[in-house]
Formats: sequence, structure tokens, C-alpha cells
Amino acid sequence: MSSRQIPDHAAVAVETGALRSRRRHVALRVRLARASLPYLLILPVLAAIGVVLGYPLYNLVELSLQRYGLFELIRHSGTWIGFANYSAILHDQVFWHTLLRTVVFTIVNVGFTMVIGTLLALLLVRVSGPIRILLSSGLVLVWSMPAVVAVQVWYWMTNFQNGVVNYALTQLHLGDFSQHDWYGTTFSQLAMVTTLIVWGAIPFVVVTVYAGLAQVPGELVEAAEVDGARSWRIFLDVTFPILKPIFLILTSLSIIWDFGVFTQPYLLIEQSKLNASNYLMSIYLFEEGYFKSDFGRGAAISILMLLMVAAMSVFYVRRMVRMGDVT
Amino acid sequence: MTRQSGRKRRSQLVWNVVGVAVFVVMVFPVYWMISTAFKPDDEVNRLTPTWFPLHPTLAHFGDAIHRPFFWDDVKNSLIVVLVTVALSMVLAFLAAVSLAKFRFTGRKVFVVLMIGVQMLPPAGLIIPLYVVLSRYHEAPNALIGVIITYMTFVLPFSVWTLRGFLLGIPRELEEAAMVDGSSRLGAFVRILLPLVAPGLVATSVFAFITSWNEYIFANVLLTDQSKQTVTVWLSYFYGTSRYTDWGGLMAASTLTAIPVVVFFLIVQRKIAFGLTAGAVKA
Repeated sequence: MSSRQIPDHAAVAVETGALRSRRRHVALRVRLARASLPYLLILPVLAAIGVVLGYPLYNLVELSLQRYGLFELIRHSGTWIGFANYSAILHDQVFWHTLLRTVVFTIVNVGFTMVIGTLLALLLVRVSGPIRILLSSGLVLVWSMPAVVAVQVWYWMTNFQNGVVNYALTQLHLGDFSQHDWYGTTFSQLAMVTTLIVWGAIPFVVVTVYAGLAQVPGELVEAAEVDGARSWRIFLDVTFPILKPIFLILTSLSIIWDFGVFTQPYLLIEQSKLNASNYLMSIYLFEEGYFKSDFGRGAAISILMLLMVAAMSVFYVRRMVRMGDVT
Repeated sequence: MTRQSGRKRRSQLVWNVVGVAVFVVMVFPVYWMISTAFKPDDEVNRLTPTWFPLHPTLAHFGDAIHRPFFWDDVKNSLIVVLVTVALSMVLAFLAAVSLAKFRFTGRKVFVVLMIGVQMLPPAGLIIPLYVVLSRYHEAPNALIGVIITYMTFVLPFSVWTLRGFLLGIPRELEEAAMVDGSSRLGAFVRILLPLVAPGLVATSVFAFITSWNEYIFANVLLTDQSKQTVTVWLSYFYGTSRYTDWGGLMAASTLTAIPVVVFFLIVQRKIAFGLTAGAVKA
């Protein structure tokens, strides 16, 4: 604004006022655009998730309150029956046995995965350079195996006619395992599933804990060594407290994954051998809801399972959110 | 002094031996898969296994790829995976920029949603997805149903990982570009994009692996054999009526695993970093 264009004070006031308001207007628009930008950026992701999760989740609740079998599937509408599906499930012994079995299965799997994974991470620190590269590439190779492939390989290695596991155990004089059927009893079936899952889950734990071990100050460990502390004491008193956040996250992730595991038990235990005595929660839900085409009942089991997983996730999600806030 | 270093060397040797032993045990199943695939049938079905293929043959690979629907299902897998990855990366990148560069109301809710979705057990969603998709006639066999389902599970992880990569870029670089007179968008395209490219590659390979390996949804949502993916094809791999064709099965398993293993080996360092960077920092 140049001085020549100023007629009098009033005009100046009006003009600057108008200009100010226009400027404010522009500023407001810029601010609005800037404020809406983050929302516009997350909108596509929200929309995609909303379509694929939002609607089916709503549908899941609806289904669980309906009788919805093959007839209703073809007719595209169910019959409202209130909470009958839920009360039927909660009165079903199979549900409670399956829940207990799944909890024990999860604890065993997570326990083995975490302990072996941590031991291997500590081993990775001790071995010399070339061996470290060898071992870590081996672990990555295992990590990358698709679950379906791993199941097929496991089944071949443990088949009762000429499985290499049977042969090796017999050769090592651990007993006569030729013609031993690993899939004969519920315990043995689930033990096979456990070895398969733990084998596949170890690499992730090793890599993560190993990365965490790099954070442990060397001076602390050395100081403890000078003080004459034994290595397991050093681990408990020095290393473990520093790695605690990593252990918490890994453990809660493993719990959630193993509780809902499907592919390995479903494919490793042959279809004909899947029954109420060896169900895990996902399998129970799949057999009852999908295979028997009782979608309403399956939906109710899904809801119960999702609620249990949600309760287990609270801890993990809160931790991750706090981390997201810090960074 | 010498005695001590001698003891140290000996314990180092012990650890190395243990390390090699662990390597052998862990990798053995993979080795056994590949070596079985190369063995002729009489060697595979022998009661006393041979540790190496004595007369290596490619016959099983030939059988596997000439099985019905192998190429159909490879094509389906590729379509599903490539579309899933391409769409997911674009959408996830935008959301990651939003999370990494802006503070806004509702940000926390979005983060909780992203992390929460990852926790959902896939089995819990099979029934509503099946019922919803079967309401549309074509749907139970449409690849598009599988693609959008995969996207839901790939997106949260991708957003979270890309956000980590974006945070790794120094703010000053971006500001320097803006001082030079670039708009925020210009700064973003010319400075941020090249810097985050490695992260984008790593994340998309992870998305590739996740969708290539997926089994449950593909199994339930694609019922027509010519419309399935490779993992479902592999899960239905039967032998002849007399005995299981172990050699063929292992060749097929090897073929299914190859793309994933190759991609995984390329990016494993970055992935391990992306997954754990936050955990280590906290």
C-alpha cells in the first residue's frame, strides 16, 4: 500500500480493514486447507478399511443374532433369534474345552518361542563373525517360508512310513520310531503343530532381541563381569531390564498370533482327524460355522473370539500408541 | 594371560560349534524340501533316506508345473499380489505422511485403529466376509474380493512401517527445500520421495510376502480351482491314488516358496529394522 493512495483517515481505516479481512480470509482458507490435509491423506486408508472391516463387522454382529444356515444364505436373509446362538455356545462343553486347550496351547507355544528365541539371540552375540552371518541368513530363510509350504514339508518329514524324523530318532537310539504315527493322539498332533509354529516363529524373536541386545551398554556388562557376576546373573540383572519393553511387545504379539492360529493346525492335522478333541479356537469356529454352514453360530463364536483377542490386545496397543506419541 | 586367552578361544570354539548345530537343525526342513524335490522316486520312497540326491532329476518340477491349474493359479497369485501391493503402497504412503508430518485431532484414534486391525485374528472375519461376498453372484470367485481383503491386512502394517521410515528423514532437509521456495508438495516430491524410496521398496516387498503366503481367505473366498492362488493350489496337492507323490509335493513347495524367499532375502535387514526400530527406541 503506497502513501499516495491515502485520502483520509477514515478511508485508510476502511481499506485496511477490508484488506485485513481479506487477508484473514485467505489465511483462514490456507489454515483450513492445511488443517484438513492430514485428514485427506488418511481418508483413502480409512475408506478401504471401513469397507472391508466396518461392514463385515457390523454384519458379523447381525449374523450372530440370527439363524443363518445354507437356506438363509441362498435367500440372503436370516431369521432373528436374539442371543440363542450365544447361549447355545456358552452351554456347549466343546467351546469351554476348546478355550482351555487354546489357552494352554498358546502358553506353551509362546513360552517355547520366547525362550528359544532369546537363547539363540544370545548365542548370535557369542559366535564369531562368519558363523553369525551363516546362522542369521539361515534364520531369515526359515522366516520366509510360507506357512502352507512349511506344513507340507513337516508332513513329509514326519510321515509314518519313511519320515526322516522317525529315521533320525531311531538312528540316535532314542527309541524305535519306525512306523510311529505322529498324528495318532491329540497330544502328539498338537505337539507337531507346536514344533512347526515355534520353528517358524523363532527367527522373528531372534532378530528383534538381537537388535535390542545391541542397545545394552557394553560397559555395564563388562563392569558386572569384573565384579565376578555369572552370565545368567548378568542377563537377569543387566540385560533383561533393558530389553524388557522388547520382551513385552514380542510376548504380547506372540500371544495374539498363537491364540488365533489357523493355517498350521488346519492343514497339518488331516481333515479327517480334526474333531472336538483337538480343536483350537479358530478351527472350532471354522468347522462349526463354515463347514457345517451354520453361519449364525460361527458368527457368535467369532464375536466371542474377537472380544477375547481385543482384551489381550489392549496392553499391546497402548504400548504402541505411547511409542507413536513419543516419536 | 595366555591361559586365559586360551580358555577364551576354547569357549569361542564351543559357541561356534553350537551355532553351526543350531543352523543345521533350523535349516534342515528347507534343505530336506529342496533335496527331496531333486530325488528320483525310488530314492524318495526308500525306507532308509539318502542325505543327498544321488541321481538328481528335474522330473518332479516338470510334473508339478504340468499339474492342472498350476499356471492359472500362479497368474491369479501374481494379479492379486501386484494389485494389492500397488494400491496399498499409494494409500499407505499418504496416510504415513499424515502420521509422520502432522499433529491433528483424532490422530491417536487412527493409530489405535491401525494397530488394532493388525491384531484381528483372520479366522474371526471369514464368516462375515464369506456371507457378504456371496450376496453378489460373481463374488465368491472374484479376485477383487480377495484383493480388498488383503489390503485391509497389508495397509496397517505398511502405514506403520512407512511412518517409521519417514520419521527417519531429517526435518531440516525438508525445511531447506521449502526455504528454497518450493511448496510443501514440491518439497515433498523432490526431497521426501527419493529418500523414502528404500522404505517403500522394503514395505512393498513385505506386503508382497504377506499376500503371496496368505491362505485362509483365498481358500474360503475362491472356490473355483482355476480362480485360486498358489498356496491354495499347494494345499490341495494330492498324490496318486496309491501313495502320496512326495517328490512332486516337495517340488511344488519349492516353487511356491521361491519368490518369497528371494524377496525376503533382499529386504530382510530393512524389515527387521522397520519392525523393531520403535521397539528398541522406547
